Amino acid sequence: MVSDEVVRDILRQNEAMSNLVDTLGEDDDLFEKGLDSFGSVQLMLALEERFNVEFPDSLLNRRSFSTIRIIRETVTSLTLGEAA
Amino acid sequence: MTQDLVRRAKRVAAVAAQHADTVDREGRFPAEAVAALKAERLLGLQVPTQYGGEGAGLALIAEVCCTLGQACSASAMVFAMHHIKLASLVTHGLTSDWHCGLMAKVANEQLLIASSTTEAGIGGDLRNSLCAVEADGDLFNLGKDASVISYGAEADVILVTARRNPEAPTSDQVLVALMRDQMSLNRTSTWDTLGMRGTCSEGFRLEARGVPTVQILPKPFAEIAAQSMLASSHLLWSSVWFGIATYAVDRARSYVQGEARRRPGTVPPSALRLAEAANALQAMKATVLSGLRKFEGAQHEPDELSSIGFAVSLNNVKTTSSTMAVDIVQRALGIVGISGYRNDTPFSLGRPLRDVMSAPLMIANDRILSNTANLLLVQKGGGQLLSA
Ligand SMILES: Cc1cc2nc3c(=O)[nH]c(=O)nc-3n(C[C@H](O)[C@H](O)[C@H](O)COP(=O)(O)OP(=O)(O)OC[C@H]3O[C@@H](n4cnc5c(N)ncnc54)[C@H](O)[C@@H]3O)c2cc1C
Repeated sequence: MVSDEVVRDILRQNEAMSNLVDTLGEDDDLFEKGLDSFGSVQLMLALEERFNVEFPDSLLNRRSFSTIRIIRETVTSLTLGEAA
Repeated sequence: MTQDLVRRAKRVAAVAAQHADTVDREGRFPAEAVAALKAERLLGLQVPTQYGGEGAGLALIAEVCCTLGQACSASAMVFAMHHIKLASLVTHGLTSDWHCGLMAKVANEQLLIASSTTEAGIGGDLRNSLCAVEADGDLFNLGKDASVISYGAEADVILVTARRNPEAPTSDQVLVALMRDQMSLNRTSTWDTLGMRGTCSEGFRLEARGVPTVQILPKPFAEIAAQSMLASSHLLWSSVWFGIATYAVDRARSYVQGEARRRPGTVPPSALRLAEAANALQAMKATVLSGLRKFEGAQHEPDELSSIGFAVSLNNVKTTSSTMAVDIVQRALGIVGISGYRNDTPFSLGRPLRDVMSAPLMIANDRILSNTANLLLVQKGGGQLLSA
């Protein structure tokens, strides 16, 4: 299982997010909080590295990385080998 | 519809061509061509039919851009930029009564829309703003050092990017529609440039006070940029550049054919260079067309439009077509030689060459390539010929 805390730890490495991480709700839109295109790619790379997964192109869109909850669910399904 | 549209576009192009040299020489707004666009009701083309427009998709707009690009680059670019802004309204404004009303006005009164993204201190980085919307109840104030607004002095409406509020990070932007009588524009720089002189892309200090907050588009600009602006700018600009390149190759072809007629029984040496130019033009056309098709396939799929694969391919359309357009016009000049270099022959290519040299700078290609470079760090690839 992928915990909320692990995702927050990874987000903490992001410049725009680091100060906000503790105040973020599970369903807050990270892009509205200042995550940009560069930051989102760095986030994807960090998640791939941490969980030893690869996001397929079909998941590389804004929605898959828009909230902590969605990130957790996406990564969980990948680690279980469920995602397409 | 399409045949009728082609005829209307050609009538405007004829007017634009007639004034293109003076527009360029004097660096003035292509008023005659824009009046013709209005007379043919082409400014409302994209507005949905229920608001008095024709509901045209991007491919038809692109065709008009190409037709105008062969006549007068500045007129074509004005038309393209107007429709890029309109694409954002049509895609993201349908849930807002105020913006639906604006679309109806654009169609009925043939209003001209300009764009202010570029800002002093930020440059061409579309996705960051310094200026901010300062709301007080239902009204807001906005001041922006808008360092480049094409035809800003002539526009009826300007769509302006700004931070959501004074506390928001520079990337948390909104897009607001300001009517001419709601803002003051004080010119801060002139537009005495190498080419695209008729776009009159001057700098302004823009000040708007007491504007109703309903004029802020309901979607975050990040979404608007990804879902309508990225594709519409790259595709419509590229269609204008394709028009310019087509004109240049047509000049070269006509020149080579003249040579061939004068010396029957031989193939002029310049025909080989023409073959290369025509080859490059076809490759450029394929690039623009595949971008248009990709957009049409993704248009109603927000996840696809905001995907990394889509952004990479549209970025590539822009960098490829802008580079190719300059190369093709230069090749054409090489073919016609001194007659193209002179400003007073039927083969003159000075104006199109100067105009097309703006293509790689209009959102600098290096800026776009570095954005692509970032995206490629996670894209997986493995595309097929007939899809992706
Ligand atoms: C004909 C024309 C019409 C225009 N009309 C409008 C308009 O109506 N409204 C509007 O808002 N703007 C308009 N613009 C401005 C345009 O959108 C861009 O903002 C502008 O062309 C970029 O100018 P720049 O080179 O100063 O800025 P920058 O993009 O800041 O680039 C400066 C330099 O830095 C380099 N660079 C930038 N980022 C990177 C990076 N990440 N990696 C490597 N190198 C980088 C670039 O290659 C360039 O050499 C227009 C421009 C033109 C040419």
